[in-house]
Amino acid sequence: MVIDFDSFTPLASLVGGVMIGAAALLLMLTHGRVMGISGILGGLIVPSDKSDVRWRVLFVIGVLAGPFAIMALTGAPVDRTPVASGFTLPIAGFLVGLGTAIGAGCTSGHGICGLARLSIRSAVAVGMFMGAAIVTVYIVRHMVQGG
Amino acid sequence: MARAISLILIGTLFGAGLALSGMLNPAKVAGFLDLFGVWDPSLAFVMGGGVIANFIGHRIVTRRAAPVFGDGFSIPTRTDIDSRLLLGAALFGVGWGLAGLCPGPAIASVLLAPGEVALFVLMMLAGLAVGRMLTSGPAARPAPQA
Repeated sequence: MVIDFDSFTPLASLVGGVMIGAAALLLMLTHGRVMGISGILGGLIVPSDKSDVRWRVLFVIGVLAGPFAIMALTGAPVDRTPVASGFTLPIAGFLVGLGTAIGAGCTSGHGICGLARLSIRSAVAVGMFMGAAIVTVYIVRHMVQGG
Repeated sequence: MARAISLILIGTLFGAGLALSGMLNPAKVAGFLDLFGVWDPSLAFVMGGGVIANFIGHRIVTRRAAPVFGDGFSIPTRTDIDSRLLLGAALFGVGWGLAGLCPGPAIASVLLAPGEVALFVLMMLAGLAVGRMLTSGPAARPAPQA
């Protein structure tokens, strides 16, 4: 295994992770809800009743604003480089939506929240989606692109 | 009003944490998932920090009788591991690996890079809708957890 020390950002990633965990904790403390993004979005698309929509919309507005808040604080742009383009993007988007709906969770719900509750079900889901993602990246980078 | 402000601020904290952590950068996500290439372990620190912060607080928070603005805690109770969980997680993992975007970062990136992310998000919402329809039969769980 070769470590990419040029890209390694342990402190920013740790602080960012603690902020994510704190947000999950505050959503549970204030609203009694699991901070699972696929579930929050899913409940917006197929709402169970009207009173269940408002909290989701407000939370999503905050998520949209978050990157701008950190840019204002640090004075630096959010570094991002795409890895997919063309038809791959919509296909990947559909798989992410479909998979998280069927599997009832994503990186936040099963990952941050499920693992923190020591849920075996979530741990299995995290193992499965991490494994599938690692295999996918291996195929794309080392077999298709031949890197 | 306090309730609405708290929700926006919690969402902002989440979005800001994602941006600081590197999760909004598909190349960094792919670098973390590329175990067999030149590996960037940073995102393990995101997961570690997030889980540990939530693990410590969760025990204290759920000792309360009720959340600050609600009647009760809505915490998933399912413990079974079925084929749906495995299939869904596998499909999600393939999509995540292909584009380096999972649902939270996709939403948080949509205003930063609409050219790349808007179509991804639209198709993700379509996938969520289809997935919900497929799993809303008699065997469907009452409250999906995430």
